[in-house]
Amino acid sequence: MADTTTTIVQIAAQGVAAATPYLFAGIGEAVGQRAGIYNLGVDGIMLMGAFSAFYSVYSGASPLVGLIIGVLVGALMGLAMAFISVALKAEQGISGIGLYMFGLGLSTLLFNALVETPRPVSQSFTSAPIPGLSQLPLVGKVLFDHHLLVYLAFLMVPLTWFVLNKTPLGLNIRAAGQNPQAADSLGVNVAAVRYLAVIFGGAMAGAAGVSLSIAQTNIFQENMTNGIGFIAVALVYFGRWSPIGIMFGTLLFSVVTTLQLWLQAFGVQISSSLVTMLPNIVTIIALIIAVYLYKTQTPAALGRPFRREES
Amino acid sequence: MRSRIAAVLLPILVPFMAIVAALLVGAVFLIALNTDPLKVYEKLISGALNSTYSLSQTIGKATPLLLVAIGICIAFRANVLNIGAEGQVIVGGLATTAFALAFESLPSGLLITLSLIAGALAGAVWGGIAGVLKARFGVNEILSTIMMNQIAIQLLILLLTGPMRDSSASATSANIIQTAQIPKQAWLPLLIPRTFFHAGAIVAVILAFVGFFFLWRTVAGYRIRAIGANPDASRYAGIQVPGTVVQAMLLSGALAGLAGGIEVLGVTHRTIQDFSTGYGFSGIVVALFGGLHPVAAIPASLLFGGLLVSGSKLQSVGINQAMVTVLQGLIVLFVVGSTEITRRYRIRRAAEQGRMPTLESEIGQPTLAEEAG
Repeated sequence: MADTTTTIVQIAAQGVAAATPYLFAGIGEAVGQRAGIYNLGVDGIMLMGAFSAFYSVYSGASPLVGLIIGVLVGALMGLAMAFISVALKAEQGISGIGLYMFGLGLSTLLFNALVETPRPVSQSFTSAPIPGLSQLPLVGKVLFDHHLLVYLAFLMVPLTWFVLNKTPLGLNIRAAGQNPQAADSLGVNVAAVRYLAVIFGGAMAGAAGVSLSIAQTNIFQENMTNGIGFIAVALVYFGRWSPIGIMFGTLLFSVVTTLQLWLQAFGVQISSSLVTMLPNIVTIIALIIAVYLYKTQTPAALGRPFRREES
Repeated sequence: MRSRIAAVLLPILVPFMAIVAALLVGAVFLIALNTDPLKVYEKLISGALNSTYSLSQTIGKATPLLLVAIGICIAFRANVLNIGAEGQVIVGGLATTAFALAFESLPSGLLITLSLIAGALAGAVWGGIAGVLKARFGVNEILSTIMMNQIAIQLLILLLTGPMRDSSASATSANIIQTAQIPKQAWLPLLIPRTFFHAGAIVAVILAFVGFFFLWRTVAGYRIRAIGANPDASRYAGIQVPGTVVQAMLLSGALAGLAGGIEVLGVTHRTIQDFSTGYGFSGIVVALFGGLHPVAAIPASLLFGGLLVSGSKLQSVGINQAMVTVLQGLIVLFVVGSTEITRRYRIRRAAEQGRMPTLESEIGQPTLAEEAG
């Protein structure tokens, strides 16, 4: 019996850790969407964040420096997306796909040119149990015995919620996505707010990538996100554009992604293809549910470039 | 007069400026990697053209690309952003292979036709799911088609390691994941022996013209362009927007499925694990590059088919073929990024001539989803 409990605690802890990249990427995307820009390049940004952090550590930097560099690279790609969607007013869906292809290609290109063969780095974010709390029975292991980025991702939930809902900046972000014309006439610099939101989203996607390459693992692989970024975008809809909603969405998703482990724990064997397929099927179902329940809560100006002269 | 010349030149100029810009940005990364960009770009050109064999490879790659791109032109014109061609190509290839293997006793012409229809139908179903999800539930089609891609890839592995697995001794011993070879009478005839130039290329070119005729000369095609240009006005005009969305996705999926089928009958003669190596995403680049015009997609498909062929030969100059993906991504960004400039130009031109911008002049390209979600 004690054995089963240990297994369950282990899998639950893995689920919490697995939520990290979705959480980072999803919250960042939500802020961008609240401002009216949807960025489908998240997966490509994550790959670039993952690679740049990996390569920094590979060249001798500490994991913390790797994190900073990964976040900066993400922010830079966010800036590119912001420029294309805000300044050039390009169609956001296709721009995002372009950015995704660019990130996928460039991370692969750089990896092959600079590292050549997959090899682990010796340093990465290691488990940092929180003194006291991690000693709690069951919950301690599940929630308070993780690497730094897990805590950081969960910390971003209340932080982003607070900024979005309780600060003037948050009000401006929401106004830019809900009614940019009105915001503009009240003196809000819609373009600047959108830039800021999308750059923040890029930085968060970068952090999501970092959590994959130098925290959850210590390697980089071609296309190692395998579509996590797109699922994170879907989770934003499912989580009603709210950091808290997204957190519950990602935790639900963690159960699905660790399903194979759960089933194995209970002695059920299932084909790995089916397991890999499942998150995608669940995502489609989640999108249907999201549209049914929350259609009216979509930021009204989402995806629409703001043209002052036409208002 | 001057403005008329500009109007003709603009659609040609934009994609070429996009290529130049992409090559310049690409060069920055290559220089940073201590590689001579000229050497790499020289290889990109010569790799696709330096021999009859390379040329036939280019045409071979261009064929499925063109079919996918025609489908994407149709979907994008309706403002339905089908990113799922990858998955639709895969299920199309699987269905064509399954049909050709199951009915190998049929006479050649009939077997080829029916196998391809099976592939197109499978692609249509795969695309249609996303179409129905969008029309009926309002599910973002970009996300749903991307999920359908991942599902198709896993389905491919599932079938290739399970029910459709090649049971021949050589494949089993080498642990190769693929289906059995389809019978010879299902193979598409080669137009030049021992090359990749097969009859499918002709089919693709004919369908490009059919696609053009469909979009601009039929009522159904007009409806598709109308809902893409202005869904609200279309609704007032009595066009069934949801039904037209589904139609666009069915057609788009069918063409991608057909691309998969033709690839099987013309080149691979079975379904293999890396069956669709990026045809879906490359097809988007081809369609955008051709200004969402099926006939313009013909030269565009040759260009990007060539890029895929020469990309695989880049390793000889020390650069991974991912360079091609980088360039494609940049080209998409530059082409889409320039739409605002062309939009302003078109409106100004219409104003100069003292007329309202029309569906064709102003929105010659659909506004492309100013509504997300």
